[in-house]
Amino acid sequence: MSVEASTPAAVAEQRSRARRRPSDATRDRLLSIASPVALFVLWEIAAHMHWIDTRFFPAPSSIAGTFGEMIANGTLLSNTLTTLERLAIGIVVGGVPALLIGLAMGLYRPIYALVDPLIAATYPIPKSAILPLILLVFGLGEASKIAMVAIGMFYPVVINTAAGVRQIDRMYFDVGRNFGARGWSVFRTIAFPGALPVIMTGVKLGAGLALILIAIAEMVGAQSGLGFLIWNAWQILQVNVMYVGLITIAVIGFILTVLLNELERLLIPARTRR
Amino acid sequence: MAGAKIVFESVEKRFALRNGEHVALGGISFDVAAGEFFVIVGPSGCGKTTLLRIAAGLEVPTAGRVRIAHGEGNRPENAMVFQGDSIFPWMTVRQNAEYGLRMRNAPQERIDMVVDHYLDRTGLRAFADAYPHQLSGGMKQRVSIARAFACDPEVLLMDEPFSALDEQNRTLLQDELLRIWDETKKTVVFITHSVDEAVTLGDRIMVMGGDGRPKAFVDVPFPRPRSVLDLRATLEYGRLFHDIWAHLRDEIPAARFSLRQPSGDAGVEAS
Repeated sequence: MSVEASTPAAVAEQRSRARRRPSDATRDRLLSIASPVALFVLWEIAAHMHWIDTRFFPAPSSIAGTFGEMIANGTLLSNTLTTLERLAIGIVVGGVPALLIGLAMGLYRPIYALVDPLIAATYPIPKSAILPLILLVFGLGEASKIAMVAIGMFYPVVINTAAGVRQIDRMYFDVGRNFGARGWSVFRTIAFPGALPVIMTGVKLGAGLALILIAIAEMVGAQSGLGFLIWNAWQILQVNVMYVGLITIAVIGFILTVLLNELERLLIPARTRR
Repeated sequence: MAGAKIVFESVEKRFALRNGEHVALGGISFDVAAGEFFVIVGPSGCGKTTLLRIAAGLEVPTAGRVRIAHGEGNRPENAMVFQGDSIFPWMTVRQNAEYGLRMRNAPQERIDMVVDHYLDRTGLRAFADAYPHQLSGGMKQRVSIARAFACDPEVLLMDEPFSALDEQNRTLLQDELLRIWDETKKTVVFITHSVDEAVTLGDRIMVMGGDGRPKAFVDVPFPRPRSVLDLRATLEYGRLFHDIWAHLRDEIPAARFSLRQPSGDAGVEAS
């Protein structure tokens, strides 16, 4: 990859730091595919042998059939897109202010002193518990769903960004000052890249939380989305549809994790391992 | 010889402690001539780093001031080579080296030209796209030196840049620094606790006492360009080394003592 192979001399220079060899990476990747496949196979067998109650745990093949139907008639796609759209907007609406506030908190002590108590006081409130309040304020439309996602994203990102900036060695800020970095340059060249590994952890946590919250938000007072699909399936006892919804959310969560890990690798090539 | 490049005017620095005050710098005055390689040597805790940070504008003196004469052109007043790992781990060697020029919005072609030159001079060209975690301690300090030279400051301030290196690397880097410096003849203020290093590099040495005051000024008569190794084989080198050690010997316990005395708090170490 880009860094390691850039110059032969650089490779030679590399300290004896333990590095993952490609063969290890391939093995890990295969193993992580094998475990879910094994689970499905076991489940299928158990259903056919009636070791489990197929009313509650229909065979994967039967769920796959429903999956196919729902793809064909478009209900799965439209509900998935609705959820993804809410997720995307909410992540931006919650994440961007969180990033900026977190950077400001990390850089300026008075801002930290001002904002931190508010965050510390509101953070422990279970986000699902404020859904009624959010519905009250934002109504039953899109705004309330986006607000829930944004709230889920906001806290981990703001907390991690502030913490990430505060753990940067003060010396780097001295270097910045000495070499003429002022204002926005300090954000851009020191605070943000220095805190990035910690920020990315916050983004991953936030995205996970956002996914949980969008499902909950869509179960209450929504007419579309995967959460609605699951809740509606329970109300009319279409267990297969429920599973399709669950699996789709799981897949979204998985893809989101993979994407964020890739993003992390792209953004932090130096991989300033902590 | 041009006039004074840096003027230290009764620079004083006190730190408030729980029970009283710690005087890190007790009103220091001296000049550094243009093009002079000025070395400050002193025991740890004598306030020499504080003095340098004041000159760099990173700290404000309690009293007095430091004036740096500006030459022609729009050059930065100073650039510092910091103690320890000060290059940004999230930037490549090249990005680190060009940092000062970027922050001053230098045109791209000038950045490329100057940075290429100093990467060559420091032997870092092949590592231009490497990240700091791939480099040894000596290489990292070379980046730090390239970064400081590249922005072409009025004066260079160096805060024990080689103190974390092993002796062989230190000798190598001293040699390289002398070569690069010979090309530019920048005014340098160099801090060290190593008498060896002071005698090897400096035109003039200020020996600082543990009380935060200058104890002696010593001229170093060696001609330039110097070779670190040849220098150390001369008798004169040994004599200078001995003289400076004689000044310092009395100061080292004093520095230790004065550190503990004010509060018993080791956290006040100023250097």
